[in-house]
Amino acid sequence: MSGTPLYAKSETIHPRSVKGRFRRWKFALLALLLSWWHLAPFLRWDRGAGAPDQAILIDMTGRRAYFFALEIWPQEIYYLTGILVVSAIALFLISALYGRVWCGFLCWQTIYTDLFVQVERLVIGDRARRITFDRAPWSPGKLARKAAVHLIWLILAAACGVSFTLYFGNAPTMLPALLTGREEAAVYGAVAVVGGLCYLLAGFAREQVCLYMCPYSRFQAAMFDEHSLIVGYEPWRGEPRGYWRRGQSFEGRGHCLDCRMCVAVCPTGIDIRDGSQLGCIGCGLCIDACDAMMDRAGLPRGLVAWDSIASQAARAAGAPARHRLVRPRTLVYGAILTVSVGLIGWSLSARTTTELTVLHERALLYVRLSDGSIRNGYVLKVQNMVRRDRWFDLSVQGLDHPRLSVIGGGPPLKVASDSVGSFTVFVTANAANATGRRLPLTFLLRDQADGREIRTDSLFVGPDR
Amino acid sequence: MTTVEKDPVTGRQTTGHEWDGIRELNTPLPRWWILVFWVCVLWSAGMWLLMPSWPLRNSFTVGLLGYSSRAALEQDLATQAVERALWRERLVSLPAEAVEADPELLTYARAGGRIAFEENCAPCHGVGGVGAFGYPTLADDEWLWGGTLAEIEQTIKFGARSGNPQGHVSEMPRFGADGILTPDQIEQVAHYVLTLADRAPKPDLPGATLFAENCAVCHGESGEGNSMVGAPPLNNQIWLYASKLTNQSPEVRAAEIQATVIRQVTRPRHGAMPAWSERLDPGTIRMLAVYVHTLGGGR
Repeated sequence: MSGTPLYAKSETIHPRSVKGRFRRWKFALLALLLSWWHLAPFLRWDRGAGAPDQAILIDMTGRRAYFFALEIWPQEIYYLTGILVVSAIALFLISALYGRVWCGFLCWQTIYTDLFVQVERLVIGDRARRITFDRAPWSPGKLARKAAVHLIWLILAAACGVSFTLYFGNAPTMLPALLTGREEAAVYGAVAVVGGLCYLLAGFAREQVCLYMCPYSRFQAAMFDEHSLIVGYEPWRGEPRGYWRRGQSFEGRGHCLDCRMCVAVCPTGIDIRDGSQLGCIGCGLCIDACDAMMDRAGLPRGLVAWDSIASQAARAAGAPARHRLVRPRTLVYGAILTVSVGLIGWSLSARTTTELTVLHERALLYVRLSDGSIRNGYVLKVQNMVRRDRWFDLSVQGLDHPRLSVIGGGPPLKVASDSVGSFTVFVTANAANATGRRLPLTFLLRDQADGREIRTDSLFVGPDR
Repeated sequence: MTTVEKDPVTGRQTTGHEWDGIRELNTPLPRWWILVFWVCVLWSAGMWLLMPSWPLRNSFTVGLLGYSSRAALEQDLATQAVERALWRERLVSLPAEAVEADPELLTYARAGGRIAFEENCAPCHGVGGVGAFGYPTLADDEWLWGGTLAEIEQTIKFGARSGNPQGHVSEMPRFGADGILTPDQIEQVAHYVLTLADRAPKPDLPGATLFAENCAVCHGESGEGNSMVGAPPLNNQIWLYASKLTNQSPEVRAAEIQATVIRQVTRPRHGAMPAWSERLDPGTIRMLAVYVHTLGGGR
């Protein structure tokens, strides 16, 4: 390993602009995802009177999260866990099948870095201009351009932060209030933190995030096998590389022209010809660059290609490329993904709109009344997750001739729309029926409107015998 | 041996220190780190000027903003007191029964009453009104001085044997100590009281006559009690001066109750409760009354 530097000083990477199919994909996805990010808070979804009509909303003060027809209560946070599990497995599957699609095309860091580089390109110029601009001594002109770049960056970053906060409030009224300084300090704090991170990560940290900060880039190599599609250079065809002048023959040499275009366009500044490596985010821009050069040299495209190691090896051996999508690894990932999506879907479809929690009184496990009967106290929490007031009948099972009473009157128990009703309930049984220290007791809640029943088990405590 | 030398691999200077052949590179701190450090230094200098900071001999530098965490807390408490006053006003201005009929006020009063109960009443009556030896259980339906909302509020306000002129006062005669009844007679009465407690009185017992002559005037013909004079019912298994244990055998329990009754008839104990109107505001007392009344045994 001698010769390998102990320290890698970070050098600003100025990727060259390039044209091609991957570049078109990246622009299209950049436009699509950023539009979604900025416009999604403005989507409306009718939930009836008194309920927020924002399609995607995280209502912190109201302790609800809305996603179109779905309304999530705080205790259902496990849906978030489910979404994270599904996302992780989906990422595994897509990595095993098509490589670093997420990193190259969909990740925030990639998209905002790409956007910020485009700003530099428009204000200062392409790669060569930017490198000379960086080295040039300070002048009013340089200062003006530098200021313009950072101003545009800051505006884009602030817009990112603003859109982030719009998911937490009513976007159409929040946006004007935010822009005219009428929002709370916490909102501006959130804009500053999110916007500031966007500015720092996309303007300065850039590929350092992928190389040093992102855990995903580190462990996804574990998802790859020789059939995963990756961006790769075919040394058997390219080597020995060498400078080429128009009209020269390719007899006895490789197809790589050593033009270093693949290095110039790379957003992380790596040389793909060194083989698959950590720094490669799989964006395919080097393929675009190399294909353009191959066209000019009159050679077939695909010296750098999005291909699997197996088919590269097959081609090197002169055999037909063999690329298999269905493999044990993808089958396992696919099965896990199907199971987790199915579980979430099943739990969503079986999601109840009522929940009954019974807390047995603890300060006083039971009370002996003057007529000898035994009384237990309970606090019943009834969640009404529907946007209308509901009335419930209450009864208990497990005791002979229980007497029920509710502080404040009832049953029936009235629970206001979209809220939790809390009721202190006393259950009294004759001494002869309270025949043990702990008797199982079941509370039965029956919706008066549709007759649906909910049961929750608790217990009835009596004296020792 | 501190020889600063150039490291051949990195081209950097070493610090000159060496530990078992391991040398340390002299790597300067990054510029951004230094910048952040100096910004923090400047920031703290600004904070010294603006906020209370340096201790002086008997005081401290107040700072240009004049901030004081104590003043901020006092302001918070004042704001809270204003908000609470609105609720207390509603609680006190309505009749107690109306407070219990209004779900919102009932919830507020029970929540506030629980806190006030745990601070003031729980040391004797136990958390949740569980009661203790000599301190009545408030969650059951036996009341020495009456279990309606108004009676409970009255008892909380003026107490029992509290010295307050409006407080409940009563005294059971010292039948044994003052020689009104002989020890034999007391034992007979106690025997009869136990049959009352089992709700199977035996009128032919010798204690029955003694009970009718001496006890029934306050405790009632059949031991039903009289909350006007604080005479507890005797026709149930709720005993103020017996242990709250529940795992005794019936024989042991009966012996303990009998001993309790004999003790009480011979030389009665009298519990006392402070007049809380001397210590708490009417709003808190109203909340306490509602809380105790809704512990389950209120009439």
